[in-house]
Amino acid sequence: MIPSFRLFPDSASTVSGEVNGFFICMLILCSLMAIGIAALIIYSCLRYHRAHERAIGDQRRYNVPLEVTWTVVPFVLFVGMFVWGARMYFDIERPPDNAISMYVVGKQWMWKIQHPEGQREINTLHIPIGQPVKLTMTSEDVIHSFFVPAFRTKQDVLPGRYTTTWFEASKAGKYHLFCAEYCGTKHSGMIGWIYAMPRKDYQTWLTQGAAEGSMASMGEKYFHQFGCANCHHFNNQGRCPDLRNLYMRPVQISTGETIIADDNYLRESIYDPNAKIVYGFHANIMPNFTGVIQPEQVAEIIAYIKALGPQPGAQEPSNPGTAPSTYGAQKGLAGPGATSISGSEVQER
Amino acid sequence: MIEAVPVEVEKNYLTEKQGVLSWFLTTDHKRIAILYTVAVTALFFLGGFFALMMRLELLSPRNWLVSAETYNKLFTMHGIIMVWFFLIPSIPNTLGNFVMPMALGAKDLAFPKLNLLSWYVFMFAAAVTVYALFRGGVDTGWTFYTPFSTSYSTTYVVAAAVGIFISGFSSILTGLNFIATTHKMRAPGLTWYRLPIFVWSMYATSLILVLATPVLAITLLMVAVERIFQVGIFDPALGGDPVLFQHMFWFYSHPAVYIMVLPAMAVVSEIIPAFARKPLFGYKAVAWSSIAIATLGFLVWGHHMFTAGTSVYSAMVFSFLSYCIAVPSAIKVFNWAATIYKGSISWDTPMLYAIGFVGLFTIGGMTGLFLAALGFDVHVQDTYFVVAHFHYIMVGGTVMAFLGGVHYWWPKISGKMYPEGLARVCAIVVFLGFNLTFFPQFVLGYLGMPRRYAAYPEEFQFLHILSTAGATILGVGYVAPLLYLLWAWKYAKPATSNPWRATGLEWKTPSPPPAHNFESTPVVNTRPYDYEAMKEELDLV
Amino acid sequence: MSDPVALELREQFATPEQQRETASAGMWIFLMTEVLMFGALFSAYTVYRILHPQGFALGSSEMDILLGSINTAILLTTSLMMAFAESNAQEGNERWLAICLIAVMLLGAVFLYVKFSEYIEHYHEHKAPGFWFEDSSPYANNVQLFFVFYFIMTGLHAVHMIIGIGIMAFLLFRTWVGSFSAQYHTPIVIGGLYWHFVDIVWIFLYAIFYLPGLHR
Ligand code: HEA
Ligand code: HEA
Ligand code: HEC
Ligand code: CUA
Ligand SMILES: [Cu+2]
Repeated sequence: MIPSFRLFPDSASTVSGEVNGFFICMLILCSLMAIGIAALIIYSCLRYHRAHERAIGDQRRYNVPLEVTWTVVPFVLFVGMFVWGARMYFDIERPPDNAISMYVVGKQWMWKIQHPEGQREINTLHIPIGQPVKLTMTSEDVIHSFFVPAFRTKQDVLPGRYTTTWFEASKAGKYHLFCAEYCGTKHSGMIGWIYAMPRKDYQTWLTQGAAEGSMASMGEKYFHQFGCANCHHFNNQGRCPDLRNLYMRPVQISTGETIIADDNYLRESIYDPNAKIVYGFHANIMPNFTGVIQPEQVAEIIAYIKALGPQPGAQEPSNPGTAPSTYGAQKGLAGPGATSISGSEVQER
Repeated sequence: MIEAVPVEVEKNYLTEKQGVLSWFLTTDHKRIAILYTVAVTALFFLGGFFALMMRLELLSPRNWLVSAETYNKLFTMHGIIMVWFFLIPSIPNTLGNFVMPMALGAKDLAFPKLNLLSWYVFMFAAAVTVYALFRGGVDTGWTFYTPFSTSYSTTYVVAAAVGIFISGFSSILTGLNFIATTHKMRAPGLTWYRLPIFVWSMYATSLILVLATPVLAITLLMVAVERIFQVGIFDPALGGDPVLFQHMFWFYSHPAVYIMVLPAMAVVSEIIPAFARKPLFGYKAVAWSSIAIATLGFLVWGHHMFTAGTSVYSAMVFSFLSYCIAVPSAIKVFNWAATIYKGSISWDTPMLYAIGFVGLFTIGGMTGLFLAALGFDVHVQDTYFVVAHFHYIMVGGTVMAFLGGVHYWWPKISGKMYPEGLARVCAIVVFLGFNLTFFPQFVLGYLGMPRRYAAYPEEFQFLHILSTAGATILGVGYVAPLLYLLWAWKYAKPATSNPWRATGLEWKTPSPPPAHNFESTPVVNTRPYDYEAMKEELDLV
Repeated sequence: MSDPVALELREQFATPEQQRETASAGMWIFLMTEVLMFGALFSAYTVYRILHPQGFALGSSEMDILLGSINTAILLTTSLMMAFAESNAQEGNERWLAICLIAVMLLGAVFLYVKFSEYIEHYHEHKAPGFWFEDSSPYANNVQLFFVFYFIMTGLHAVHMIIGIGIMAFLLFRTWVGSFSAQYHTPIVIGGLYWHFVDIVWIFLYAIFYLPGLHR
């Protein structure tokens, strides 16, 4: 009659166990506290029930040691909760270096997902288990939130910038994907499924989908199609900065600040090039591509720029056997998609 | 009961002047309190009606009663009405207005005309909001998150924002009035440490009203400007920052949750000593904890944004401060429990509500501790866990305390007793109905049921059905007091001036009080809740 | 003969001192509200200034520093006049009190006149935000954001000025009918508090909107 009624959600990621542990510990501690207080009150109500109309209670007004105790003890417990909560948060917020990188675009009311290998999905996401997955997300319209209860992760998806989240599924299965930030009429319909599958199955799944090409190779295509290559050549550094080896490297901008060229910076460089001018170059040369390039295409161009230079900590693209080269963006670049800039040229830098 | 000092001899504030105009032009804080009571009660039932519709819709995983559009408007209007037009004005403007000046031994508030003005402003604001409702409602959620509210919603956002904007002035005027009154209108001998905790808490509430409300006003103004002129203050497409809106909104709305609970704590801090016949334990700690809550409350707004993409370090600061602010709340809970211990306890209705408050507030507050834990909040943010958390505090806490306070001061307000037996039964019904409604929502939330969902996966249905069942019981529990209190106003037996043998100054004047509260200005020379010193006077042994 | 102080004593108060102190406490609390209200706008402005330095610099280069400075001088003078008004009230010098109040009102009106002519100027230059806004620089959106804040903040200030002038008119009327004396002139002090506050807000507005334009 009632489909699968339960008291505990699936626990299917590397962090979900700890979140459950925290929950249970808090539950025990708070229940003990609450029951203690309730017991004291109920006991007092029964034991000291007014004997007659005119009876008066005990007149003690305060007790300093007691006050101090029930100020300090809760505070100490609270600090403990804080530390534990913050530690978990660091785990949940910081993706490990070897995570595969996928891009998510939320819009009213669907989730669009791009795999580095080029597969695209709507409202479903296939992932391998035992492999961290990092999602770089943005929205085309209002704020959404990417929520997978079984993984205990959630991250708001904002228009106009990238936010990231990550998880590593630990158990194969089919899990809910919800939009958790109210986003209009069909907010409750912006749901989907996560399919966590063993690596082998995931590999099979990847080969089944008819992807046009890896994200990076698609990005390269767009890099030419939208004319980026006309300015950003790789032989001379004239009016335009060289984009090789840019990703995650410090860039000095005209105000004198140095910033890291992360996804958000690259995205902004395309949608609002004048916001931050690279030191030594001029404003108003690079056109503004807002409305011209779709968010998914930007993700692909970024994947391409990323592939132009090694990520800090990651292996060189041609080095086989490591996780990123098996699943990562680099694989596509070395494949048939890479034409004008060969893998070896990339490695020179 | 104390032998009645004959009550009906002199004219009281209800009989002093007659006619409809004498009510609409009154500057008497007691009459204004009644005007407010009528208004917020009506608005509460309106908001409650929306809640019932939502609960009915959620009986089924599919949209069976209302469409998704309507559902979205329902929770938005429910939130807006309940927060700004019921809960924030509820205790301060009704019980606070009625009791504050009397508890201070004053003839009225410092600025009586401003007080009346604040009621008119409030009514006007409510009218604008209800107008927005009848024009088709609003569907942004009570939080008005941008850019949805500014660029995407096609509903009457501006009208609703204007309504809330205006109601803000009413809040500010009330807060200003209370602060000035507390500072300047105390009876001779009534030093700060002789004030009842009621006044301390109202004072703390007023500080927040005065300091936080203008920020909301400005924020809503910017939303309206952005919507009307399409200029993109918060829209990233035009260079704005949607997260800045969230900062500004929560800078008001987090303190606002303490606007909603401090008055409830005020009421409970009066009821418990009165029905335990015992001074409030740890008076100074309780008094200062209210001030601590009011000030720290301004520093924790970021805990609503742990998953919004703000920096990890700012999130840590906000999490830590959220734990700090729980300490003064804990102090209060322990002191209330200690007051009950070894008292001379009676189980009258106000006491039942007060104990209900302590229990439910503790549960609500403790789940706040879950939410303040960064890593845990990531999972339950924007799920029913949060919905359950705040209903436990706002409905289980504040509405309970409000009902308790209404019963406690009812003899003073109306001059009549209420049917005690029936009232006790209702208090228990409310308590049970409440828990049945909202406890399942904690489970739902942890299972991952997101809030603001008009339809949901089937596995959540059972818990939703439980919750809806609870809500109907709760509804009965709320309608019944309305009926019997109205009945009591006319037909119940008259009350004496101090039916509970309580210590506050308001109990030293007849029930109902004369227009200027006291025959002669009282002089205070005892500590608060001093049953020992007032033994003779209260005829206690 | 009736004592004017006793006449003005409202029924909820016991003594005139209590009434006076309460009234000024009320005004101070009200000003706390105002501080937070403008404070919110100043914070939001600062955030965007940091996010979009170029656009905001371009925006303030559009400001007419001369008019802004004139207006600042005018407002400072009104504050001085208001101070004179208070001291005259203290001495029971009703005639001079009235003159000072008139001066405050007139100068306030001049301020508003200048301000509104600036608004009209901006409107003609297509700098008023909204669909009539035009800007050819690459930072058009950010310039518009600057002007949004400019119009909201100075507009809100102008509303306060208009209310202030209304208060002055009311005070003038009460001076004229002889309500004030050396013993009783609380409303003048309270009105003065408000006026000075509005002035101070302007100083900050001047600093954030006009002065950065000097850098260009
Ligand atoms: C009256 C209203 C009220 C009150 C008083 C509180 C009180 C608290 N709230 Fe709550 N809260 C809301 C109303 C309220 N809240 C609302 C409306 C929302 C959602 C808004 C929305 O998104 O729509 C919300 C959301 C909310 C969030 C964000 C959740 C999210 O969206 O992800 C957080 C996170 O930190 C939080 C925390 C707290 C904390 C720590 C307290 C503390 O002040 C609680 C302190 C009290 C206690 C702790 C209990 C007593 C203590 C003891 C008995 C001590 C002994 C216990 C132990 C040692 C374990 N609240
Ligand atoms: C003071 C605040 C307050 C109060 C008292 C309540 C009271 C109740 N609330 Fe509400 N609630 C909020 C504040 C409050 N709520 C807020 C701020 C939100 C968030 C909104 C948002 O997401 O934007 C919310 C959201 C909210 C939701 C989540 C919706 C969603 O996310 O999808 C639910 C769901 O169950 C709910 C239920 C209830 C119920 C059952 C009551 C019950 O206690 C109500 C009991 C009352 C009655 C049952 C009324 C009985 C009266 C009649 C039967 C007569 C009706 C007749 C006439 C109108 C003439 N509330
Ligand atoms: C007409 C010339 C031109 C075209 C076409 C052009 N750019 Fe640029 N680009 C520039 C100039 C000049 C700069 C340096 C000034 C600046 O920071 O805006 C730049 C800077 C950048 C940067 C920041 C580089 C750094 O070192 O920090 C990125 C990333 C970038 N462009 C990507 C692109 C992409 C992607 C495209 C195509 C969709 C593109 N550009 C098209 C001229 C151009
Ligand atoms: Cu997307 Cu809710
Ligand atoms: Cu909060």
